[in-house]
Amino acid sequence: MKNINEIQPTRTPMREQDPKVRARNFQEVPFGYSVEEARQEAARCLNCPRPLCVTGCPVNVNIPEFVALIDQGDFAGAARAIKKTSALPAVCGRVCPQESQCESKCILGRKFEPLAIGRLERFAADYERENNLVQIPEKAPATGKKVAVIGSGPAGLTVAGDLILRGHEVVVFEAFHQAGGVLMYGIPEFRLPKDIVQKEVHYLEELGVQFELNQVGGRSVDVRELLEKEGFDAVFLGVGAGLPSFMPIPGTELGNVYSANEYLTRSNLMKAYRFPEYDTPIAVGKNVCVIGGGNVAMDAARTALRLGAETVKIVYRRSEEELPARAEEVHHAKEEGVEFKLLTNPISLQGDENGIIKSITCVQMELGEPDATGRRSPVKIEGSEFTFETDLVIFAVGTGANPIITQSVEGLELNKRGYIVADENGRTSIDGVWAGGDIVTGAATVIKAMGAGRQAAKDMHEWLMNK
Amino acid sequence: MLEIRSKREVAPRIFEMIVHAPRIAAKAMPGHFVIAMPDEVGERIPLTIADYDREAGTVTLVLMTVGVSSTKLSRLETGDSLYALIGPLGNPSEMENFGTVVLVAGGVGTAPVYPIAKMLHEIGNKVIVIQGARTKDLLFWVDKMAAVCDEHIVCTDDGTFGREARVTDPLKEILEARKDEIGCVWTIGPAIMMKFCALTTAPFGVKTVASLNTIMIDGTGMCGGCRCTIGGQTRFVCCEGPEFDAHQIEWDSILKRQQQFKCQEKCSMDRYVEIWKEEENK
Repeated sequence: MKNINEIQPTRTPMREQDPKVRARNFQEVPFGYSVEEARQEAARCLNCPRPLCVTGCPVNVNIPEFVALIDQGDFAGAARAIKKTSALPAVCGRVCPQESQCESKCILGRKFEPLAIGRLERFAADYERENNLVQIPEKAPATGKKVAVIGSGPAGLTVAGDLILRGHEVVVFEAFHQAGGVLMYGIPEFRLPKDIVQKEVHYLEELGVQFELNQVGGRSVDVRELLEKEGFDAVFLGVGAGLPSFMPIPGTELGNVYSANEYLTRSNLMKAYRFPEYDTPIAVGKNVCVIGGGNVAMDAARTALRLGAETVKIVYRRSEEELPARAEEVHHAKEEGVEFKLLTNPISLQGDENGIIKSITCVQMELGEPDATGRRSPVKIEGSEFTFETDLVIFAVGTGANPIITQSVEGLELNKRGYIVADENGRTSIDGVWAGGDIVTGAATVIKAMGAGRQAAKDMHEWLMNK
Repeated sequence: MLEIRSKREVAPRIFEMIVHAPRIAAKAMPGHFVIAMPDEVGERIPLTIADYDREAGTVTLVLMTVGVSSTKLSRLETGDSLYALIGPLGNPSEMENFGTVVLVAGGVGTAPVYPIAKMLHEIGNKVIVIQGARTKDLLFWVDKMAAVCDEHIVCTDDGTFGREARVTDPLKEILEARKDEIGCVWTIGPAIMMKFCALTTAPFGVKTVASLNTIMIDGTGMCGGCRCTIGGQTRFVCCEGPEFDAHQIEWDSILKRQQQFKCQEKCSMDRYVEIWKEEENK
């Protein structure tokens, strides 16, 4: 192990676009490390004999191994080391909440700033891809088993990547016209460039994964038929979260009131930010209100700014401390000029004569006793109503379970909220059917969905080989 | 796949397209819809399935050109392929033997009414179809419809074909004369027409079903763009509809929500009109 006193105490900064400039474009915010910066940061790793960082990673990436390879200058080797356990390093390096996972366990963090593992992961993956050093690893001999994966988001892509390497035939069914799920429709270009997602998908295609686009599980694709008629041995359901929630307040049906899902899908997947070059329109608000305090709310708020809004407000009913979004996302949003109206809760929306939103009425809240989740629950302050003008409201207050796949598969056990019941290996109540990601847990993170996919793939492989 | 097997203009600006889509055809039922994309930069637009042939693996779509997406679709020719076609989506029409049913088809709504009328007829209902259009030229599938119903009332607003009447006039007369026979009324067409059909049948207390065609993106229960208020509740057309109890639908907010992209639609259309003009000049 290195002598801790010789280590640079702070993380090597990653350069990023100036907040004023980037708030008006859709290019990626951080530029990523240069070769020199990456080596400088990698040199901070203590190479602990029992690395705790690995235990903080849902897919157990061998972090010390890949960081050491960067330190030694073998950047493509570092990327390949990550790919042994993660199908999507360029994605994870960008969107994982490392501060609450691998980096939170880093021993350096007890005295200094923890190692910037996410930035290094991103660097390795980008280096390999940008320098055309991506190699197609050898696959296990064909097993003759065939697996269907429904949904091509992070869970589905992980299952596909793992099982194709183990010699199975894999067909992925995707409802949209492009593969990637939430990585394509949900996460904005400025956080995760869509070219990168498509390159990760393309890598899986080169491995032999077949993608069938425009196929909806539960509609054009039937799980029972896949197993009974179409020769599939196993099915993985990774269909993601479903119906967006709206608050039960008057006015949510007004024009220019969106769910974050709709707003982000228009901008990200349908590229409405390039309208009219792309045909899908999107409302460009002047004074935008985003209801909610999670990562999706931050994405929606920052998208609204980039589309040309003059003011964007986050309306959140608790205080800053309880904001569920990553600290980095909140920081980025603030830097770009997003205002935070905290301890504020909407009670009604008002429209003009054409049914378009024109104002929002809110109340002030204060924090009362802790609720079941341990967070102090917000309580309305009587007589604190106030109204302000807005021409675009986006609800980012969570999603429910998608009913299409769950209701179309007879015998599939669901919990009382409509999500699929699956054990720790992703096994559902139907033999040969696994599930993972948001359709099991409710809305969570990319890496948790990948973790569920990894676990399910391992179990599916064992099951298939014993079948 | 998704090759256009035939295309014809059945009325001015109304196009019938038969598309090779075996997976969709295999599962299509009356009431289902699809989402179509004309090209890579196009919108995803919902279209109700107007007919299907499982053996040939085809579905029939009927569309009227109103904006960029529908115009782009209409410009595709036999032999061309759609960029994407997703379906069948939504829930099939809930059909049983109601005794006598009245189906009100307005304008392009004639197309989705056809497979419903056909199946209701096949399962033993007495089927009355009221088919309406502004004027004679805009009527299509008159003979095709006549073949699947027991009574066929055609009306035009200007009297150029059939009765000079709005569809609600014969609807009201039928209900007044034989309300007790009528087990169910379907209404499919422009939202404003469906609203007035619902208002017409409400005093008679006859079950009335409307098929909503709202703005959608994914069509699979993710975006929430298709939401509407039904019986005071927020409901989603793509996965809970498209058919709902017409008496419970809050029509006015649906009519307004349809207009929310009017400015952008015009801007986009103007741009394409120029592009297409230039193409033609070359």
